[in-house]
Amino acid sequence: MAKANFATPAFRPYPLIPALQADVMKGNGPFVAKPEIQKPLGYPGELLDNWQEVALAKMGELLKKYRSLRVFLDACVKCGACTDKCHYLLGTADPKNMPVARQDLLRQVYRRYFTLGGKLFPKLVGAQDLTKEVLDDWYNYYHQCSQCRRCSVFCPYGIDTAEISMAAREIMACVGKGQKYCNEIIGKVYKIGNNLGLPEPALRDTLAGLEEDIKLDTDVDVRLPLDEAGAEILVVTPSADFFAEPHIDGLVGYAKVFHQAGISWTLSSHASEAANFGMFIGSYDNMRRIALRIREAALDLKVKRIVFGECGHAWRVAYSFLNTLAGPFDFLDQRYPIPQHICEFTYDLIQRGALKLDKSANDHRRMTFHDSCNVARASRMGNIPGGQFIIPRAIIKATCNYYYDMPADTIHDQTFCCGGGGGLLTDDLMELRVKGALPRMEALKYVVDNHGVTHMAAICAICKSQFTKVLPFYGFQLDQIVSIHQLVSDAIILK
Amino acid sequence: MTTLYAILLYVATLIFVLGLAYRIYEYASVPAPLKIPTMPAPLTRSGVVLRILSEVVLFQSLFRSNKWIWLFGVMFHLALWVVLLRHLRYFIEPVWTWVVLVQPFGKYASFFLFIGLVGLLTRRIVVERIRYISNPSDYLMLILLLVIGSSGMMMTFVKHTDIVQFKAFILSVVHLKLFHWQPLPLNAPLLIHLAAVITLMIIFPFSKLLHAPGVFFSPTRNQVDNSREQRHVARWAIEKFETSSR
Ligand code: SF4
Ligand code: SF4
Repeated sequence: MAKANFATPAFRPYPLIPALQADVMKGNGPFVAKPEIQKPLGYPGELLDNWQEVALAKMGELLKKYRSLRVFLDACVKCGACTDKCHYLLGTADPKNMPVARQDLLRQVYRRYFTLGGKLFPKLVGAQDLTKEVLDDWYNYYHQCSQCRRCSVFCPYGIDTAEISMAAREIMACVGKGQKYCNEIIGKVYKIGNNLGLPEPALRDTLAGLEEDIKLDTDVDVRLPLDEAGAEILVVTPSADFFAEPHIDGLVGYAKVFHQAGISWTLSSHASEAANFGMFIGSYDNMRRIALRIREAALDLKVKRIVFGECGHAWRVAYSFLNTLAGPFDFLDQRYPIPQHICEFTYDLIQRGALKLDKSANDHRRMTFHDSCNVARASRMGNIPGGQFIIPRAIIKATCNYYYDMPADTIHDQTFCCGGGGGLLTDDLMELRVKGALPRMEALKYVVDNHGVTHMAAICAICKSQFTKVLPFYGFQLDQIVSIHQLVSDAIILK
Repeated sequence: MTTLYAILLYVATLIFVLGLAYRIYEYASVPAPLKIPTMPAPLTRSGVVLRILSEVVLFQSLFRSNKWIWLFGVMFHLALWVVLLRHLRYFIEPVWTWVVLVQPFGKYASFFLFIGLVGLLTRRIVVERIRYISNPSDYLMLILLLVIGSSGMMMTFVKHTDIVQFKAFILSVVHLKLFHWQPLPLNAPLLIHLAAVITLMIIFPFSKLLHAPGVFFSPTRNQVDNSREQRHVARWAIEKFETSSR
């Protein structure tokens, strides 16, 4: 467990809105990206001398490119409906973690330079010059937003703080103040193909090792193919699935499902990463460049279908943006959704009775499910609205005998972020990650106490990594978080 | 007075209409380059229309989020509509039957309007979180609306103004009888009422009151969930990337 030089928030008998504590989370934010990380992404190496000028020009440009930004900056009435909806506010009590206050960091500058009211009467309308302090607040507090969009659910105008955070991060990257964690990862994707920097031979090795493990376990030859041209399906999955726990058990699960379905599939070393961190930094260009690798891999390997593994952010970009950024995908089999989620794929097989599942194999687990933000609020599965809530639960219920939902105001589209999304899954933000997890931990505690829940399943690589790290802070075990396809893997009876 | 108010009314109307038209043009012309509806979102256009209606008419998201703000908000907005409809009678001759029927409702709706506004203002002052996010303009806006509401109520319930003469003034303004306007009754509540309304109209296109048109342009609420079926590329993205193949 990481050394804690901050106090883990205590569970409260009734989850309450904390009294505000101004500036408790004021700080320097995550590590700033070095020039060698910035340059390959097309950003200046360090803070420009004329950064104000460049930042304002960039803001003006974004206001012309993104309707969301323009409308959201104008439309807020300061009603306060969103103020108690952010897990970071609930966990830290810092008022700048209220979504509207977070937006205001950008809005005050927008007002000053882009609106008549702010130019004439700055004090009256809360307009601010773009000073170094403002920039520091941007860097700090826009990296205390996991872009989970919970606030957007509750705002009467659908104002989405995630969009504002993305714009702010894009502006900061363009003046030379990029975030190290995200930008380093994007660089690795360009250079090596995945977030973790696993080169092809290492990947091949890992997959061979997994094949052996499954053989030992089940006595069945289940394959995990890499770069096999002509396969039916290209599987794109977060690179954490290749080595981290519990992600890797999910990968084994996919392999068993494909094996059982008798459909050929392959991973790609060129697109060995599903997550698209271009989204976190609000960069259309980088997001597009990362997305294009998947198109290239699909063309090179001559596949018919693309299936995405368990990752929330990857799925948002895949579901909502892949067609837009890298389409059209007219060379794929049009009878299937493009792209498809592994849960949709497995659910379909379960519906058709094509998988033999022994639920009792999971009887040592009493399950609950964590809706990952980007799946729940920013994408869909299946063919009805809300399919993203139904399908994962249906899979768990098909593979486990015991299932209990967390309280209704903490699941589905009201789900709480794990605390590590949006590019905050970095060790330099450990305090924020632990505090931001509080609302989710309280909901988990509820089902643990009331239903004897032992495990929580998730379908996002970031959630899984975050929970393995923060569960111990709250007195849980790190292995209480599992992949959904790990449950499938354990229940499936292979031919 | 008559000349001053008449001219101000023209100026205010001009600013209000042109300003608002410009803002709406601006919102409409800025592209939404990516699909970002907040899920679960409707799969069809008509579903989207329903979703927006439920936001505009019922304040659905606000209801989910905070019952107090919802209650005061609905009270204020609903009452405002009724009161506005009642005011139609000053602008048309002969007065349509349904406008006549609205009159008694409009009279008493003003109480709801008042209570709604006081509720919102009280929340803004009392609740720490909302006080934190409030700028002077946020209080002033509510106070301005309170001035409009209470001066209007004064005229209806306390110190009646000469409605017939007032209507003659308004009609002469509406019919552009430039510098031959009928005299405006010199009644303090009326003058305050009108001045406040004029102020509101002038600041409308420059303030948070833009939430009224804005809500229709919010991409998280007005987009159809069909990103897998249809490409959704903004013109600037096509122009920027058109040279790249594959
Ligand atoms: S997007 Fe999520 S993290 Fe960001 S302000 Fe909204 S609720 Fe908080
Ligand atoms: S809920 Fe929406 S309108 Fe209300 S304060 Fe928050 S962002 Fe502004």
